[in-house]
Amino acid sequence: MAKQRLVVIGAGMASGRVLEHLFEADPDAYDVTLFNAEPRGNYNRIMLSPVLSGEKTYEEIVTHDDDWYAQKNVTCRFGEQVVKIDRDMKVVEGENGHVPYDKLLIATGSAPFIIPVPGKDLPGVISYRDLDDTNAMIDACAKGGSAVVIGGGLLGLEAAAGLAMRGMSVTVLHLMGHLMDRQLDPAAGYLLRKDLEGRGITVKTQASTKAIIGDDKVEAVVLEDGETLPADLVVMAVGIRPETRLANDARIEVNRGIDVNAQMQTSDPDIFAVGECLEFDGMLFGLVAPLYDQAKVVASGLLDDPGVFVPKELSTKLKVTGCDLFSAGDFEDGEGREDIVFRDPARGVYRRLVIEDDTLIGAVMYGDTADSNWFFGLIRDKTDIADMRDTLIFGPAFQGGAASDPLSAVAALPRDAEICGCNGICKGQIEDAIAGGATDLGAIKATTKASASCGTCTGLVEQVLAVSLGDDFVIPAAASICACTDMTHDDVRRMIKSQKLTSMPAVWQECGWKTSCGCHVCRPALNFYLLADWPLDYKDDPQSRFINERKHANIQKDGTFSVVPRMWGGITTPNELRAIADAADKFMVPTVKVTGGQRIDLLGVKGEDLPAIWDDLNKAGMVSGHAYSKGLRTVKTCVGTDHCRFGTQDSTGLGIKLEKTLWGSWTPHKLKLAVSGCPRNCAEATCKDIGVICVDSGYQISIGGAAGMDVRETELLLQVASEDEAIAVIKAVTQLYRENAKYLDRIYKWMAKVGLDWISEQIEDLDNRTALVERFELSQSIYRKDPWAEHVAKAETYQPVADLTLEAAE
Amino acid sequence: MSTTWIDIAALDDVPQRGARLVKTAHGCVAVFRTGTDDIYALDNACPHKDGPLAEGIVHGASVTCPLHNWVISLVTGAVQGPDEGQVATYPARVEDGRILLDVAFLRTRAVA
Repeated sequence: MAKQRLVVIGAGMASGRVLEHLFEADPDAYDVTLFNAEPRGNYNRIMLSPVLSGEKTYEEIVTHDDDWYAQKNVTCRFGEQVVKIDRDMKVVEGENGHVPYDKLLIATGSAPFIIPVPGKDLPGVISYRDLDDTNAMIDACAKGGSAVVIGGGLLGLEAAAGLAMRGMSVTVLHLMGHLMDRQLDPAAGYLLRKDLEGRGITVKTQASTKAIIGDDKVEAVVLEDGETLPADLVVMAVGIRPETRLANDARIEVNRGIDVNAQMQTSDPDIFAVGECLEFDGMLFGLVAPLYDQAKVVASGLLDDPGVFVPKELSTKLKVTGCDLFSAGDFEDGEGREDIVFRDPARGVYRRLVIEDDTLIGAVMYGDTADSNWFFGLIRDKTDIADMRDTLIFGPAFQGGAASDPLSAVAALPRDAEICGCNGICKGQIEDAIAGGATDLGAIKATTKASASCGTCTGLVEQVLAVSLGDDFVIPAAASICACTDMTHDDVRRMIKSQKLTSMPAVWQECGWKTSCGCHVCRPALNFYLLADWPLDYKDDPQSRFINERKHANIQKDGTFSVVPRMWGGITTPNELRAIADAADKFMVPTVKVTGGQRIDLLGVKGEDLPAIWDDLNKAGMVSGHAYSKGLRTVKTCVGTDHCRFGTQDSTGLGIKLEKTLWGSWTPHKLKLAVSGCPRNCAEATCKDIGVICVDSGYQISIGGAAGMDVRETELLLQVASEDEAIAVIKAVTQLYRENAKYLDRIYKWMAKVGLDWISEQIEDLDNRTALVERFELSQSIYRKDPWAEHVAKAETYQPVADLTLEAAE
Repeated sequence: MSTTWIDIAALDDVPQRGARLVKTAHGCVAVFRTGTDDIYALDNACPHKDGPLAEGIVHGASVTCPLHNWVISLVTGAVQGPDEGQVATYPARVEDGRILLDVAFLRTRAVA
């Protein structure tokens, strides 16, 4: 029987494997012609990253060389584009002539997705798919400079790591909130980011590219937020799509990829497809394992022994030396699913297993992936894990092991980690003191002064004692934040400061959180701690806020909201009152009430009306009163020297100044102020968090009052002579409270823990006061703004996302 | 009954660890998106005091009611922990970045 003719379009990993199987099973069945647009044969494309980084050469990753093709009598048409497929004539038309076929295999792979921004075609902007791209990058590295990689997925990160190893200064831009968001959860994404940053790569998440600029070659990348990053090289690695143009033109059925059946046949039974260009059962394939399975099916189909392609579970590993990550299966939350999370901050290890019906269905691992194959096997084989469930997370060698150690986070701290912020005492000094015989908290305080000032680091000092002394030291029980962690609020605050933790996943990892993403108790606290300590680095997370702060209005028992515009120092105008009255009419506000903070509350506004009523109030010059916030509420005033015959100072004016400088700031709990113009105290300043009593000689500033569940009188902090000093002292004490108090502690509770003496010392020290004011102002540069105006701009998010009232009535 | 999936919105219209409402003839359904991009649809009323669950904090596959901190499983609709109760759940899924709800099922709410 005459040999049949097989034409293969594309010399990639999948078609190479098809040919191997084919020749192995029947070397004489076909005369093969192999087209490849690249001027070379098959090579191991997934090893391009080691070529880029310089760890391998091209020669080492060639899978089929000239000898092999010659030996198998393969006619090679390399460097030649296929122009079209003529199905009627059964001919493939190449640039250099026709080739007839009996069977055709399309293996055109995929094309990089290029984001449609201005400048995408500039010289110096390249994708990352083949050896030519890789060589272009290597050439660019020879000149040095800055590279911007767009896309923080598998391919983008491998490119970034390779470029960094070749000495480029690399920035990775990623649209989503964490790297490799399709393969990793935020916790593993955080560790990956930390590792990459450790090798000098800059990572920007939630970064959207607006344009690539340059005259005759690329010069910079501009982001949506206006930031401009200089770039001598831009690598576009945002994704790939199946290369289907030839199939489309030949009118073969194509969805996202070329449509094939389980035998890898296209809608034309004489034409097969293999690899990244195809779509099977709605799925696309980008990893090599299923491609090899497909290749087997194609080879047997060509020999009239059709097999069946069954997609299997997939796993991902990143080929960046030193970044050990693994993900497999389905690790989303779901019905009947249970999470097991293990973190070892000491080794930078994170493991998360997802279990359903006593089988392992997904796994994410970072830092130590030695056991990944074992876990992958359990997923693939659907092994019943009921008997080893309790110790499963520790891997195959550790069945029967102990539970994780709550002290591991502190054990992992380096010796130079600052434990006591007040006195600048590091872990190493405490360890030395312990070695020198200080074996309890009192002795540590006496020898090092650690925890001897404000005392908020006591928990951490005790943990250092426990780590150093083992069973000889028993930690007094302290309440943890919630069931997600063993750490207390104070412990976590110290960790955030001393380890410079600037994101929530960073806290979860480094403090050994036991849940994947916290809960409604810890998330609002962490959100506050992070924005208070790192105002520039941390971005406020509305989804970690209670509804009142997320929607900037107070929720009422019937699900409606109350709206309170700010009245600076309790002063208003006829125009403002008219605008409030108009808004109350327009939005049919059922209750209008005067509050204890000298302003007006509109109660019973529907959630979807909020942006509209805010817009009306904004237009009348009013802004949010933050009546809902753990932040500055009001500065209550009396009329002072303006009108009152007893007034000693301009209490109204000072109140307005204070409110205008403090508004928008977030604090551990609500913060209410008052300024009274004389000791008769008509503004009731002595039951506020911070109160000012004006006297002839100046301003008495007292703190720690309350008139709620507890009633407290303020205690005098300081008397100052001028208004400016009063404002500085109040800003400084507010900042000290923001930096040190436990979330949901009012000032009086915080003061009871750290002592008024300690607070006074901090504020009386003028250098320290100035530094506190500077840090407060830095934070206010971000937060002193009207949230209503911002939310009016996204009013649609307050509406239902869809209206099915008509649908459902049909 | 056969399912009739209809396209409600883009996945990104609902924030991660957040929710949006869908209006139906028989009250609002809350559509939740978890931190891992799973989508769930539940009645927007806590069994305790009818708190609007869509305004709650979403953590893992649970939501905490904004009124009195009851925790409800998004997966089963069951109230967690010491409290007891049940919220109705509705089929929902994500396909190609779009959120789909089963309209036929929503319609049966009127009968149920």
